Amino acid sequence: MTGLVLTDVSMRFDLPNGTFVQALENVSLDMKAGELLSVLGPSGCGKTTLLNIVAGFLAQTSGKIELNGHEIHGPDAERGMVFQKGALFEWMSVRENVGFGPSMKGMPRGEKTEKVDHLLDIVGLQDFKEKAVYELSGGMQQRVALARCLANEPDVILMDEPLGALDALTREKMQSLVLKLWKETGKTIILITHSVEEALLLGERLIVMAPRPGRIHKEYRLPFAELGVGADLREVKKHAEFGPRREEILAMIWDMEEEIMGRTENAS
Amino acid sequence: MTGLFVLFIYVGIFVGSFFVVTKVVQKATPQDYTSLKTVTFGDESAVRPNRFAGVLSILTLFVIWGMFTGSSLLPRFLHAPAPFVGTTEFTYTAEADGSQDDGTVTVVVYPREVETDAPEVDPGDGFAKNDSAAIAQWRTGLIRVDSNDEIGRGDGATVVAINGTPIAPGETVQVDNGAVTLSDKGTPNFAPYRGWQMEPLYLPPPEEVWKRTMNVISDGFRNFTLWQHLGYSLFRVIAGFLLGALVGIPLGYAMGLSNWFRGWFDPIVEFMRPVPPLALIPLVIIWFGIGEVGKIILLFLAALWIMAIAARSGVSGVNISKVHAAYSLGASKWQIMRHVIVPNSLPEIFTGARVAMGVCWGTVVAAELVAAEQGAGMMIMVASRFQNTDIVILGIILIGIIGFGIDMLMRQAEKWLVPWKGKA
Ligand SMILES: Nc1ncnc2c1ncn2[C@@H]1O[C@H](COP(=O)(O)OP(=O)(O)O)[C@@H](O)[C@H]1O
Ligand SMILES: [Mg+2]
Repeated sequence: MTGLVLTDVSMRFDLPNGTFVQALENVSLDMKAGELLSVLGPSGCGKTTLLNIVAGFLAQTSGKIELNGHEIHGPDAERGMVFQKGALFEWMSVRENVGFGPSMKGMPRGEKTEKVDHLLDIVGLQDFKEKAVYELSGGMQQRVALARCLANEPDVILMDEPLGALDALTREKMQSLVLKLWKETGKTIILITHSVEEALLLGERLIVMAPRPGRIHKEYRLPFAELGVGADLREVKKHAEFGPRREEILAMIWDMEEEIMGRTENAS
Repeated sequence: MTGLFVLFIYVGIFVGSFFVVTKVVQKATPQDYTSLKTVTFGDESAVRPNRFAGVLSILTLFVIWGMFTGSSLLPRFLHAPAPFVGTTEFTYTAEADGSQDDGTVTVVVYPREVETDAPEVDPGDGFAKNDSAAIAQWRTGLIRVDSNDEIGRGDGATVVAINGTPIAPGETVQVDNGAVTLSDKGTPNFAPYRGWQMEPLYLPPPEEVWKRTMNVISDGFRNFTLWQHLGYSLFRVIAGFLLGALVGIPLGYAMGLSNWFRGWFDPIVEFMRPVPPLALIPLVIIWFGIGEVGKIILLFLAALWIMAIAARSGVSGVNISKVHAAYSLGASKWQIMRHVIVPNSLPEIFTGARVAMGVCWGTVVAAELVAAEQGAGMMIMVASRFQNTDIVILGIILIGIIGFGIDMLMRQAEKWLVPWKGKA
């Protein structure tokens, strides 16, 4: 049985002052292989925590996570991660960064070079192979991060606001790239974002999380990702359903934020 | 007094050359991008060292040095007033038993390196006979004018005037090329005019230092050549630093990676860090003597804490995303150490190494000042004991140049080996 299954995952951070934060409470999720899921929610609702648990960087306080039938413990090459920024290795060239996973596995040089070259072609960095990563723009760096993750052929790709640090134009191009890679590789992808439009465009499924305790508030199935593959994303946004969905979700998150503000105001 | 005068000249040259260079000379130079900025005050990037100022600054130091030491490298009219050398005269009036008589005193002021005897003079008439004396430049001399007189001090004669000006014990009369002060016992004390220049004993002119440099280079100093002295100092620094790095870097890594190591060594490192290595010199001498071992251990200790702390913060400073990314890419602990932690800490370690080399260089000189058979510090210490100011100055200049050279080399190495420094 393939796919990623989360069953009643809870995460509680005990604070030094004796109180605690319930970052996640009974989060359950069932993803088929090759699904593209985007996650939205006001900040502090546990999105990063959820992703870190799936990646294996944090151990949940209760609940179970299974990938392709086995329970996960700790990080593993089967679950790749793309960070917002700062996760590339500055002391390596673009080529070495992308080849990092294969090198660690001891893949023969020739095979590795071929793979790296192929991936760099896909993400459009064929002319920057020997450059140092700090010489690249933010968008190019994220392409390297994507390629590095793909070079390892993970089953699941986890992305925590991967495009959050990019300017609007670069971001649009990168959104198309993510869709293209998803379609071509058939990976299971979980993508966290702050942008409602991005979540709509880059999610076959979209979950909206709510804070305190962190939980899944609402789930959608959307046609836009499928429509957006190889197409102009601006056209997709003109889809009749797109606008209403966006307004609906924006209002939902807006209400949650209001509630948080209200609570903190009452508390102080 | 002279110091104030030097300061005025220095400020004068500073301000004067500023106006000359910026308003006249550089007016004509081509404009670049920065010159188009309208806001430059407060914009640090618009502040670049003026190359003219740099050259003039060094030149000014040498010119002032030359002015106040009467350097032969400068034309005479630039010299500060020189001290008097040559022969001069004054008269004294002795009084005994109600009668007065004049005598002439001829004084030869001779350069210190040319020992000269007092000249023969005609005794003249009257009971006060003419006298002569020889005084070295920069010195003063009591002149027993009554010793050859027919009526001496023992017989009740006293000096009552110099060059016709009445004088009492403790008072001073200005005469040609100097001043005469009557001592409490009534003996004239002649102080030749000192001018504004520094006595070579305290500050030799640049060319003297240069000559001495050549001298020390060819003949060595205290049984060792100049290169051996400097080589010993450098050897100690490099040996001590390498040992310190060899122990300190792994220690710092361990402290950055293990709770137990961090807990165990934190108190020691945090305590030893603020102890200046100089404060350890006495203990090191007591324990290990003044030989090489003691010095290298001292420098080892100077470098150890700096390198340990640099390595520790290099490890702690790793962006956790990098470690997480490496884990998700399938790297083992050992591979993460080798490919992420170590390279990530190199910039910090290089910064630490630069600081450590600087501290070691300062410490070795200080340790050699205290006790050593050879070395740059020993050279200037021994030279100062024998008042060889030129060697002291030579030593200080060399120590500065080498310290600067070490720092430049470290920077260059940094550029080559960790080009990603500051780029994350
Ligand atoms: N290591 C931690 N210790 C204590 N509290 C934490 C820790 N990590 C996250 N939290 C808390 O858990 C909640 C969820 O955080 P996070 O997952 O980062 O939210 P999001 O990514 O949605 O903005 C927040 O209230 C945060 O303060
Ligand atoms: Mg987050």
